[in-house]
Amino acid sequence: MTHQPVIVRGASLLGEQTADVLLVDGVVAEVGTARVDAPSDARVVEADGLVLLPGLVDLHTHLREPGREDAETVRTGSAAAARGGYTAVLAMANTSPVTDTAEAAERVHALGRAAGIVDVQPVGAVTKGLRGEELAELGLMARSRAGVRVFSDDGKCVADARVMRRALEYVKAFGGVVSQHAQEPTLAGATACCHEGELSGRLGLPGWPGVAEEVIVARDVMLARHTGSRVHVAHASTAGTVEVLRWAKSLGIQVTAEVTPHHLLLTTDLLGGYDPTFKVNPPLRPAEDVEALRDALADGTIDAVATDHAPHARHDKEHAFVDAAFGMLGLETALGVVASVMVSSGRMGWGDVARVMSTRPAEIAGLAGRGDQGHGRPVAVGEPANLTLVDPAASVVVDRDDSASLSRNNPWHGRTLTAAVRATFLRGTPTVLDGQLVEIGATTEGSLT
Amino acid sequence: MNKHLLSSEDLTADDIATLFATAAEMHDVQRREVKKLPALRGRTIINLFFEDSTRTRSSFEIAGKWLSADTINITGKGSSASKGESLRDTVLTIASMGVDAVVMRHGASGAAQQVSQWVDAAVVNAGDGTHEHPTQALLDAYALSRHFGDGGRLGSLEGRHVVLVGDLTHSRVFRSNVITLTRLGAQVTVVAPPTLMPAGIASWSSSAGFATSYDLDEVLPKADAVMMLRVQKERMSGGFFPTSREYTVGYGLTRDRLRVLGPEVPICHPGPMNRGLEIAADAADAAQSLILEQVSAGVAVRMSVLYHLLAGEGTA
Repeated sequence: MTHQPVIVRGASLLGEQTADVLLVDGVVAEVGTARVDAPSDARVVEADGLVLLPGLVDLHTHLREPGREDAETVRTGSAAAARGGYTAVLAMANTSPVTDTAEAAERVHALGRAAGIVDVQPVGAVTKGLRGEELAELGLMARSRAGVRVFSDDGKCVADARVMRRALEYVKAFGGVVSQHAQEPTLAGATACCHEGELSGRLGLPGWPGVAEEVIVARDVMLARHTGSRVHVAHASTAGTVEVLRWAKSLGIQVTAEVTPHHLLLTTDLLGGYDPTFKVNPPLRPAEDVEALRDALADGTIDAVATDHAPHARHDKEHAFVDAAFGMLGLETALGVVASVMVSSGRMGWGDVARVMSTRPAEIAGLAGRGDQGHGRPVAVGEPANLTLVDPAASVVVDRDDSASLSRNNPWHGRTLTAAVRATFLRGTPTVLDGQLVEIGATTEGSLT
Repeated sequence: MNKHLLSSEDLTADDIATLFATAAEMHDVQRREVKKLPALRGRTIINLFFEDSTRTRSSFEIAGKWLSADTINITGKGSSASKGESLRDTVLTIASMGVDAVVMRHGASGAAQQVSQWVDAAVVNAGDGTHEHPTQALLDAYALSRHFGDGGRLGSLEGRHVVLVGDLTHSRVFRSNVITLTRLGAQVTVVAPPTLMPAGIASWSSSAGFATSYDLDEVLPKADAVMMLRVQKERMSGGFFPTSREYTVGYGLTRDRLRVLGPEVPICHPGPMNRGLEIAADAADAAQSLILEQVSAGVAVRMSVLYHLLAGEGTA
């Protein structure tokens, strides 16, 4: 592989020390607080006032390919990810067909490599067809070229305790982790769509009580303790879940958790106008829950921010509220939300942002130890040059039409967010420069569109 | 008045008074031999019913016809989602035929509000899921006002204690009634077992100014009017209450409770009734029952609503 070398001049590493960073042949070749000499053919990126982070890693992305290429493809989702500062995304298994075989996982993986914009790491289904009954071919997916390590029936809960127990035990053989969509279906069924409380009562919308999440999280941490396995809680949304996590971690139970950007900022009262843009699963919660999630993210009880980027074709959101699709876009706005909520308020520094959006997600997903294919690594000599350059002072009014995604279900439209991604580098190659996507010289091979 | 009638929240006490005054005039028309008024001649009203309804649909249809509007009924069972078409596409198709008003019943809460953002026509919510049914609340309040009035002149509901009993969780009639009745100054108490009270009703009732109780026998002697709500038997399978017998003993308007109520206190029910479950036959057929007056009031109130939305360019 030959790349044009890149010299990033005067960036603030994790918002602290200012340095020049030279990227050669996909790795960080030099980091210098004094001026670093660059080869004459190097691309110069002036980064005065900008913050350099390790490339972001999203534990929770829906790319919709195969099956719903009208809503998103691997390529368009990858482009949205790069614009958001990501260099790796985990593609959830609830496509059509479901990613529940080695072949399906390898196909998604290959589509990602063909697009070449971010590393697309498939998540394998826990159960065949996401039906919650029989284990999918977890071992074959792990052994496949895709090297699957994260398994999830996301969109559905692995509700059967016996199935969950077996999955947790089984993935120990290859260092896997089960990412649980915690939703006890007898307490929050398929139509549940509004946080259960005064608003759901007034609006007459089926309630989705926080306890339906909390009982599954509580059960699963006990199963993780019993089996000695690792469990990950997807999109934690309530203060009660935070309490359970804090308790479990204090006992040394191997549990990790993610929170979405929308659960860090948006609240349930947005449902008052029945706008399906704000319909998401788990639902937006009251301000008390949002506050508990922010505290938990800052103190490490919640390990990571994950987008749950869920593109939907316009017509799938133009039904009555209970009939409309769940989910909202998130890849392009995640960093801005975290900066607005956590950094601007002084609750987190940029080093913490790197921890919750790159280092920890990469560790949880098993991407940190993959050598030159690794993610979430420190900005240091010899490490893969997966990097994100952020303007911390930018103020951006979100425009849903300014997006690389094929979908427009953007709950942030019209809001002002702090900080903007200026550049993203995947193994030394810029995928975004000056905030704009770089045309990657990739082929159309492997993409259906 | 607003362009649409989507929620009982849309109506101020003055709006309600205006609607009632017109309804009283319309009510007189019902007793004429020739019932047609020319007020909405040339206007087109679509009754778009995605959910079964006999009384509400025919009530709106008669109301439109007596005002000389062209009324068309479109009924479709199930959600448009199940047919693969979005709700927006369905209603835009119908609205593009050049209609002036869409009277809409839908099984999903909020559907009428969503539709009002997509079409130019005035939208009247004729029941949306478990959310609201504003014309039902108007006709209930109107029927009660007539009852408390004098010879056709409407009485005031100020300070009257109205007790609503039944499946509050799934009742759009309850949600609209509590808004309209409190707006008219009535004192409202809602009674149900805890499982049939909506989530968050404690904070809701205290901010909205109504009372809640689990004990019908404690509340009933203080009632100036009782409104029994329909309880669907299929709720038992959802674990909301154990048996219909147990429900009736706790929350039905039984013959014994009718005696406690005395002969003067009016009894309402929005229908359809489950005789023997939430209301005993003796209570439904008692002299103080307003149930048939509610139906007749329904036509007058809906005539008034359509008239004010369509004839007056939205101004009362």
